[in-house]
Formats: sequence, C-alpha cells, structure tokens
Amino acid sequence: MYEGAVQDLIDELGRLPGVGPKSAQRIAFHLLQADPADVERLAHALTEVKARVRFCEVCFNVSEAERCRICSDDRRDRTAICVVEEPKDVVAIERTREFRGRYHVLGGAISPIDGIGPQDLKVRELLTRLADGTVTEVIIATDPNLEGEATASYLSRMLRDVGVQRVTRLASGLPVGGDLEYADEVTLGRAFEGRRLLDA
Amino acid sequence: MPLYRDEAIVLRTHKLGEADRIVTVLSRRLGKLRMVGKGVRRTKSRFGARLEPGMHIDVQCYEGRNLDTVTQVETLDSWGETISRDYRSWTSAVAVLETCDRLTEEREPALQQYLLLSGALRAMAERDHDAGLVLDAYLLRAMAIGGYAPSFHDCAKCGAPGPHRAFHVAAGGVVCPVCRPPGSAAPAPETLRLLAALLAGDWAPADASDDRHRHEGSGLTAAFLQWHLERGIRSLRMVER
Ligand SMILES: [Zn+2]
Ligand SMILES: [Zn+2]
Repeated sequence: MYEGAVQDLIDELGRLPGVGPKSAQRIAFHLLQADPADVERLAHALTEVKARVRFCEVCFNVSEAERCRICSDDRRDRTAICVVEEPKDVVAIERTREFRGRYHVLGGAISPIDGIGPQDLKVRELLTRLADGTVTEVIIATDPNLEGEATASYLSRMLRDVGVQRVTRLASGLPVGGDLEYADEVTLGRAFEGRRLLDA
Repeated sequence: MPLYRDEAIVLRTHKLGEADRIVTVLSRRLGKLRMVGKGVRRTKSRFGARLEPGMHIDVQCYEGRNLDTVTQVETLDSWGETISRDYRSWTSAVAVLETCDRLTEEREPALQQYLLLSGALRAMAERDHDAGLVLDAYLLRAMAIGGYAPSFHDCAKCGAPGPHRAFHVAAGGVVCPVCRPPGSAAPAPETLRLLAALLAGDWAPADASDDRHRHEGSGLTAAFLQWHLERGIRSLRMVER
C-alpha cells in the first residue's frame, strides 16, 4: 500500500478492464514521472469524453451528437442493418469498406453466467427500428465466439418471428473463439462478402 | 508435474488482458482447474475455438506458479458449439455449466460429476431429450452426487414409505402427514413422479410428461438447488422453458 493519492490512483486504474494490480502500479508510477503537460492532456481527455460523448439515439454507437455520423449520412443504405456487440466492432467493419448500410450496437452479448440477458441489451430498440419495414436485411456480426453465436441464434429466431426478409451471419473463415476487433480487414471483408443466410 | 494432460470440459471463460482468456475446466482425473489460454482471442490462435464453454477437449498444460498455461488442446466433442446454435438449449447448458462450477472444488477429483456433466452436454447437443428436462435431471443428480439427494417418494424425514403429497424443500423432499412442516407445498403427483424419473435417469416417462408438470418440476428443482447453494445459480433465471 502507498500513501493517499498514489494508492487512490492505483485503485482507480486497477478497476479498468484488463488492468491487473501490477499494471495499475506501473501506470501510476509512469504518470508520476511524466511531464505535467502530458498528464494534463490525459486528464482533459478523460473529462471531455464523459462530457461530450454519448450514445447515438438510433444505433447506440458512440457519438458527439444525438445521432452519430453514420446515422446522419443520407448516402448510407437504409435497407440494411449490421448488428454488432460494441462500438469498436463498428470501427473494425468500417475499415473493411464492405458495408454501406447502418449499424445497431447491442452493448454486449447475451451472457447468462454474467447475468446479462436479452433485456439488458438494445434488442427492443432493434425491433423498433425494424417496425416500419424499410430494413430488408439484418446482418448479425456478433463476435465469432460461443456467446456471440448464442446471441446470433437468439436474434435470428426473433427476427424471423417479426418477418425480416433476410437475416444473415458473417461467413465462417472468421476464427471461432476470437474477438471481431482482432480480425484483419481482408478476413473481415471476405466474411462480409460471403455472409450466409441463417436458415429457419 | 510441470506438464500434465487430461480430458476436460470447459465450464466458463473470462477475458484476461488484451487477448488472453482464463479458462475454468472440469477435468476427468484432476477435478476443476483454472488455466490461461494465451492469445486465444486473436484471430490467428489455433486454440480459441476449443477453449469455449461446453467444449469437450483434450488439453495439455504447463503448471505455473499462479495459473497453469495451456500448451496444447484438441477438440474431442464440440458440444458447446452445437448447442450454441439453439438458444433455448444454450441457456440450459450454461445453467448446467455454472452449477457444475459451483458444486466442484479446484484440484479435487470429481469423476462422477464429470461423467454426469458430459452426459448432460452430449444429450443436449444430440437433442436426445427436451433441453429443459436434461437440465433438471442434471441438477437433481448433481445435487445427489453432492450429498443432497431429494426424496420424491418416501418421507424425507422419517422414511415412511410413499407416495406422499406434501413437499418441503428444507425437509429434503416429500414428507408424510406426521412430519409435514407448516408451509409445505402440494405439487401434482405427476410432477413428483416426473422428478423421481429424472433423478433415476428413467427417460421414457420423463419424455412422455406434459408441460404443466415439467414446469412445476423445474420450479421445485430450482427451489431445491437454491436452498442448498448459498448464492443462487445466476444463469438459471435466464433459462428459456
Ligand atoms: Zn447512429
Ligand atoms: Zn415422515
């Protein structure tokens, strides 16, 4: 244990995802030795992100306005929605330049063991977006691991029940067990092109 | 034993750092183990798909100071992958895996639990029976192995031969009119027969049972499990019945 402020910082850093006690300590001491201006910029970025960034009211991607850049772009195809788990997946798919439709960010995957069910994700909001019949294809791009697969199973069953014309899933070729964000552009682009129809 | 190898079933996984995963497995010989799959969330990993919940694997590990590290893994049966394609079965399977995690201790061999778990996952993957029935059969039998066998015929308190109508979770199952504590439930006789069949692994009458009794039976099974485990099984609430 360190004194006051140092320990507070280590504790706060240690609560971040993927940061263990040792990393927290290393980052804390790095900051202690860093140029005050650098630390100031970091502190500013942290407060700004909370003050300025929110979630798009339509797709729940991160956004600085009520609607994100993609949802407010009229050139984007309104008939296709790509469903992803997290905002970082939108970034990964945008990099491939394969998709010209819009997104829907669920906010995670269904994970009963962590107490996360469909009602904890933006599933109801997805149904609302589909209600007027404009959307004819929903591409499910949840992570290629089993929680992502189970989430896709849940969604495809539900989307069929509400009568969406085409429900597709990114093609295999994406390594099972991995995170979507780690897929390189070529692989992800190919998975998009070869997306398969989920059978009833 | 710095290096060991065993047959195992993945119970659950946690993300660790950038691309690693902590994997909890129940192994056949050694009991429950926790190991690190290094880099498995990266796309080039050969291991990722095999270290997922419900997968039946042959795994080799290097024993570390804190956690063991997976050095090799092969799939024996991809039960988890098959089950994940059916949402209802998946929710049942996750409840099975969480219960197994709760009923076993690290590095304590639990062969009976292992065999019961593999049987339940295989049945779900192969759709031998309704997933909800497989789940309840698993829960009842896993509790029985753990030493809390419920009684569905003879009185749980005095052993008076049944059948009896009253059921009391804390008393351990059905109770005779003499032992019957206040607040006992009175489930349908068919429900008690269904639960007895599930506990015994007698599938013909269980498969023929109707939804109403399955539903009541699931409720009693869940109440029984809840009573014996300090904290509830989280994923049980999310099972689609
Ligand atoms: Zn948006
Ligand atoms: Zn009695």
